[in-house]
Amino acid sequence: MNRTQRFLTLWPLAAVLAVPGAALAQETIKIGVLHSLSGTMAISETTLKDTIMMLVDQQNRKGGLLGRKLEAVVVDPASNWPLFAEKARQLLEKDKVAVVFGCWTSVSRKSVLPVFEKDNGLLFYPVQYEGEESSKNVIYTGAAPNQQAIPAVDYLMKDVGVKRWVLEGTDYVYPRTTNKILEAYLKARGVKAEDISINYTPFGHADWQARVAAIKKFGSAGRKTAVVSTINGDANVPFYKELGNQKVSAEDIPVVAFSVGEEELSGVDTRPLVGHLAAWNYFESINTPANKAFIDQWHAYIKKPKRTTNDPMEAHYIGFNLWVKAVEKAHSTDVEKVLAALPGLEVPNLTGGVAKLLPNHHITKPVYLGEVRADGQFDVVWKTNGTMPGDAWSDYLPGSKDIEADWVTLKCGNYNTKTKVCSGQSYK
Amino acid sequence: MLGTELQVERRRLLDRTERSGRRARPNGALWLPSLLLALVVFAPHALAQSRDEEFLAVLGELGDASFLDKEHIVERLSRSGHPSTRAVLTAFLEDRLYVRAKDRKIVIVKSMDDGVAPFDLVDPVSLQDAGSGARDEVTRIGTNNRLRKLLKTTVARFDLSSPDPAVKLAAVQEMLRDLDQASIALLGGRAGVETDAAVKEEIETGLALAALDGGDPRARLDAVATLARRLRPQVRNRLAGVLEKGADGNFVEPDEKVRQAAAAAVRRIDRSRALYAGVETLFFGLSVGSVLVLVAIGLAITFGVMGVINMAHGELMMLGAYTTYVVQLAMPRHIGLSILVAIPAAFLVAGLAGVIVERTIIRFLYGRPLETLLATFGVSLVLQQSVRSLFSANNRSVETPPWMSGTLQLNDALAITFNRLYIVIFTLIVFAILLVVLKRTRLGLDIRAVSQNRAMAQAMGIRTGWVDAMTFGLGSGIAGIAGVALSQFTNVGPNLGQAYIIDSFMVVVFGGVGNLWGTLVGGMSMGVVNQLLEPYAGAVLAKIFVLVALILFIQRWPRGLFPQTGRAAESQ
Repeated sequence: MNRTQRFLTLWPLAAVLAVPGAALAQETIKIGVLHSLSGTMAISETTLKDTIMMLVDQQNRKGGLLGRKLEAVVVDPASNWPLFAEKARQLLEKDKVAVVFGCWTSVSRKSVLPVFEKDNGLLFYPVQYEGEESSKNVIYTGAAPNQQAIPAVDYLMKDVGVKRWVLEGTDYVYPRTTNKILEAYLKARGVKAEDISINYTPFGHADWQARVAAIKKFGSAGRKTAVVSTINGDANVPFYKELGNQKVSAEDIPVVAFSVGEEELSGVDTRPLVGHLAAWNYFESINTPANKAFIDQWHAYIKKPKRTTNDPMEAHYIGFNLWVKAVEKAHSTDVEKVLAALPGLEVPNLTGGVAKLLPNHHITKPVYLGEVRADGQFDVVWKTNGTMPGDAWSDYLPGSKDIEADWVTLKCGNYNTKTKVCSGQSYK
Repeated sequence: MLGTELQVERRRLLDRTERSGRRARPNGALWLPSLLLALVVFAPHALAQSRDEEFLAVLGELGDASFLDKEHIVERLSRSGHPSTRAVLTAFLEDRLYVRAKDRKIVIVKSMDDGVAPFDLVDPVSLQDAGSGARDEVTRIGTNNRLRKLLKTTVARFDLSSPDPAVKLAAVQEMLRDLDQASIALLGGRAGVETDAAVKEEIETGLALAALDGGDPRARLDAVATLARRLRPQVRNRLAGVLEKGADGNFVEPDEKVRQAAAAAVRRIDRSRALYAGVETLFFGLSVGSVLVLVAIGLAITFGVMGVINMAHGELMMLGAYTTYVVQLAMPRHIGLSILVAIPAAFLVAGLAGVIVERTIIRFLYGRPLETLLATFGVSLVLQQSVRSLFSANNRSVETPPWMSGTLQLNDALAITFNRLYIVIFTLIVFAILLVVLKRTRLGLDIRAVSQNRAMAQAMGIRTGWVDAMTFGLGSGIAGIAGVALSQFTNVGPNLGQAYIIDSFMVVVFGGVGNLWGTLVGGMSMGVVNQLLEPYAGAVLAKIFVLVALILFIQRWPRGLFPQTGRAAESQ
């Protein structure tokens, strides 16, 4: 009797003790962060990990999402492409994350794509890329070629009067596809084959003297020459050093880069590089209240007042806010429901426009061209009027002209408008 | 011609100033009479004052101008004849021209730095100090490539009469990049009075380029003769332009003789440029080879002389590179000197690490190459991870000292970058010192004795254990020095060593194990072959070709370029 009584009085206490623990374990929403924290891409990707950590932290301070706290699960795929797939599987199958923010290089995205499609995960990919893809399970918050490469080349052709082109890239899928699109585009604009020189170097290439000398030679033919650089990762540092050493000045041969931003330049003496260009959809130097607030938050979070912000960080900012908005709209973190809620959502970007998620899983973005300043920041010298919608399938490649991606009405990422067949990057 | 243009421009400038002057002053009615009075009372002073005002007015427009407007403003400023023009344009070119938010006044910032302290300001008209301004109160007036080019040319025109021949030379060369009528007129004026030979030659080039457009065939022929002795690509392209046909099917150049002379000149220039291009490729090859020799030479001792397969060799180089980084952190104000300090420091750090590894691990594994390989591979992973934990996985930026950047311009067709020149010299010095150590010192004698016949050396009273440690330390220390050099060319990160370990083994095996001269010749020839192939095959294929050639070579001559001979070699 006595014993039973004691047992009964203890019961509510036990319940009180047990419930919050159980509720806490159930309540956090797990968010996967899949960025290389070591290896050749760490220079670029570590910052993106920190960005997501900051956004998660801010969201939690606002009270979390759907009344639950967010929890970031960070893994390090170490710039090793097959390891990306393994770590993605771990995030989706073991940690059961609701969403993954990750990848930088296209080869890493291609490596995780089958995993995301098999496990029906959701990946927000924050980097400008070569296009020619639209997966049901990926939201592309970086620029497609028509939001970066094509406008940049247009600017050089029309405003700078460039006649000869060097397409210099790292040897993997993004530079090769982008250069294929650019070559087709330039030829369609009347540039002759002998005025285009295409060259690839391996990841982490360090000895640039022969290449830079060759660029100088190609550029000395008396007609305005520009270099379109899709060099990726830490190979950029010795490349720009060599440009500076061999005195390739931006007034003679401007180099426009698609993968070099404030972060990549922070380790380089930028004084010899003044005037070289970068094409992005965001620059830290763009003066808007939203951008200033973001930079201040970033400095407060990272506790280093000199850390820069860059374009893929803004893409993560947009992607994170899109996801939060979609979860709130769907009242669920279930991938199917979130994916249904996402298209058509709009969130403000940091440079004073609106990013709208299109049915092809790309977003609208403004395009800016910046010239490197002596302090490693960029001066915007040209920008588009308003925003450009991202085009998944390039209009300049013969194979992809007729392909369309639409996850709202067609439910297909690779729909041929001529043959009316859905194939390839499609989800059944 | 130019004079009238200047006058017209000056009048326009005056008009604008007058208009803006009235706008700026609330008391417009009083302005003219007082100016007249001033003219009568103190005319020269007032003239200077009005010139200051018009200069300031034009300058003031920069505050809200577009890039295109800025170009016009720069042109107007350059014609104003105001004594401060050059200083203002130079400041503009160097990103030191700012506009103050509160009164829209243009100011020059004395010097730029990354700090937060207020800028020291300079008045653009008087060039006197004008107090200081907080950084958020002033906005930089941006430039773009076109504008900078215009500014450079404009400043160059001022520099043409500088007393310093080097400044003059740079000015003429800047003007030659894009010749226009104003530059040609200035060069023509300067040609008669210039005394410096180098400057005179460049001025002649400019005038000859201009003369090609003239009407007199005789003068054109002379111009071609002058230009035939130059190597600049602009000259070559201009001469090639003479040979082209216009849209109507006729030659641009009507005179047959001029065309023939130009064709001969183009051929001559092409021949010279091809020759210098060959020299350049050879130099590139030697510099790549020097890096290879430098990274391999430490291994030539540990692997070649001692026979230890040291997989951690790359990580010892990485330690050297990180030592450079730490030394630079310790002496941020003496970057130029830091490299010289880093060389002995890196030698000690990497050498010490080598001695520790040898005493604690490798000495128990002599004669068991497979275990040594595995153990040193483990050491390499440990070293990588400790650096990653200590310095983070991100690359560290090692600064290049000023004396190592830039190029040595030998002539218009051949320029050699200083950092590559230094690495070739540095490699040869290290090689020579190492040879002396091995051949002329007691330690070297001991090392050779132990490597040739350990038992005999021991019998002669040599402490073989101590010699082993010293030898390994020497090889490791050299690897550290190589790391200092690498920090100037490539990214300093935990993976630095992995990129070079294969190369260094290749060089040692190719050159002949145990032979330092083999390492030198092997490394240099691999570098040259690589650079000869790269323009045709690309960086990836060139490397593959070199590898395949190496495999074939080792198949045929397994002992490398300089095989060791004698009984010691047989027993290995």
